[in-house]
Amino acid sequence: MRRRLFSWTAVSSAKAPSPRRGEGWGEGARPPRKISGAEHPHPTLSLQGEGFQAATKKTRCRLISRSRTMRLRPSVPLPLALALAGCGGIQTIGGREGRDAALINDLFTLFCIVTGIFFAAIMAFLFAAYWRRRGWRADRMPEEDVALEAPSRERFLKVGLFLWTGAVIGGLMGLAIASFFTDRGLAHPNGDNKPVVSIELTGNQWWWDAKYHFHDPSRDFRTANELHIPLGAATYILLKANDVIHSFWVPNLAGKQDLIPGHTNDIVLVPTKPGHYRGQCAEYCGLQHAHMALDIVVDTPADYQRWVARQQQTAQAPADPQAKAGYVYFMNKQCSACHTVAGTPAGGQVAPDLTHVASRATIAAGTLPNTPGSLHAWVADPQGVKPGNNMPYIGLNADELHAVVAYLETLK
Amino acid sequence: MDPPSRHSFLRTALLLPLLLAACDREQRDMAGQPKAETAAFVAKGDPRAAEYENNAFHIAQGQRLFAWMNCSGCHSHGGGGMGPPLMDGKWRYGGKMEDIVASILYGRPNGMPDWRNKITEQQAWELAAYVRSLSGQSRKDAVGARTEEMAVTPPQSLESTERNLVAEKPLSPPGEPQ
Repeated sequence: MRRRLFSWTAVSSAKAPSPRRGEGWGEGARPPRKISGAEHPHPTLSLQGEGFQAATKKTRCRLISRSRTMRLRPSVPLPLALALAGCGGIQTIGGREGRDAALINDLFTLFCIVTGIFFAAIMAFLFAAYWRRRGWRADRMPEEDVALEAPSRERFLKVGLFLWTGAVIGGLMGLAIASFFTDRGLAHPNGDNKPVVSIELTGNQWWWDAKYHFHDPSRDFRTANELHIPLGAATYILLKANDVIHSFWVPNLAGKQDLIPGHTNDIVLVPTKPGHYRGQCAEYCGLQHAHMALDIVVDTPADYQRWVARQQQTAQAPADPQAKAGYVYFMNKQCSACHTVAGTPAGGQVAPDLTHVASRATIAAGTLPNTPGSLHAWVADPQGVKPGNNMPYIGLNADELHAVVAYLETLK
Repeated sequence: MDPPSRHSFLRTALLLPLLLAACDREQRDMAGQPKAETAAFVAKGDPRAAEYENNAFHIAQGQRLFAWMNCSGCHSHGGGGMGPPLMDGKWRYGGKMEDIVASILYGRPNGMPDWRNKITEQQAWELAAYVRSLSGQSRKDAVGARTEEMAVTPPQSLESTERNLVAEKPLSPPGEPQ
């Protein structure tokens, strides 16, 4: 914008000097008319000057070509389109797959629309004022006409001011009321119904430890980095942290909630659409904060019951010789000091529960897909895959590595 | 204003290297590739002793492992219980890094289990660095200002150095004058 105006002034000041140049050529929206406003009441007359015509011709060409490039320049719509492309999928703030997320999204949309209308109105007034200030209406109008028009204009402005004030008050009240009802909705996400699932989720550097609690404690089980929750029911999640502050955030389902050491928080999820979603730690928690993701699977109630029944089973004994060798290594070496495999002597509590590790979608808190290749990479050199995490380099030889991975693959 | 004299330049140049001394405090050797198996005979003067002892990251990791491996079950939080206290300056089997690593990896009579196949060698060195810090042997700028659990003692970085009684040689056998 600035460059365009500048080039225009440069050209025309060289060719068509004018007595009113000092009064703001540069900022005029329609400069050809302004230039000779004093000498020529009818702006068209000003185009008669020879030098000026030359100047405007050049300028007009330039203006046209500029505006055409403006219209075609991809730098504006392209990033916008890319940004919108990010809205969708398993982790998006635009998601509406949970009751909380839908409520917040509705409120956000309402805010965008209302504030957008007011923004457009203010911009329209601003440009109208700008237009009038620079316009030729006042210049052309005889003095007596201006005086005659004054009372009606006064009334018009008065009514306009009242209308505008009313619109602002009404808009703000509307937004406040909408916020209130959204807030009430979030506070009672499932009416008076008791949550049917209870999960204790503990944040660690840098993984999620989940304990599913049942009325009968013998049915409790522990898993890591992947939660399954039933569709349409309320899931109560108790949030704790072992080391530093983390934050639980599954944008498709609900807002954020922090996990704080020495303190318990909670959140209730009410998913409304089955699917696989991704959560992410949303509070910077150290070196591998970015690799602290969480898979959330919303199952139909029947699928959920099947999954729970599966998780409650202890690990099956390996059958093939390689997996058996892996079992022996796992139980007798460093693995079992930190990891638990239910139904075996391995009972470490400080690392992810591996009882059903092969049934999960990812390993290392969403760092890698759960494939044999990833498992080999992870077991061989965890510090290479996720530097700084608390699984040490063990130094297995090739046979031991293959055996341990073969054993892990049996933990379905 | 007088131009700075040559002496002040010289003084600054001499003082600047002192800043570098602060640089080795938190080198994070996360890959932790074990060196050749030496722990069987943890040699006196093992270079790893210096590497781990005054390193903030290793001391912090040792503190975490101290809780994770339930060292407190016997040693309490350094005050001792079923096992000997670790906060005083008395060491039955030597108080150097190498001695502590050997105690951790190979165990000692009357209760100290061997942790050879439970933790890695690097973790044993990290634990030893933390154990040394319990009796105030570590540099004050390397120990942590916060603990991993609810603490009943002041932060190590604020502890006085009164307990800094380094007993280099093992306690005399019973009967001998101390």
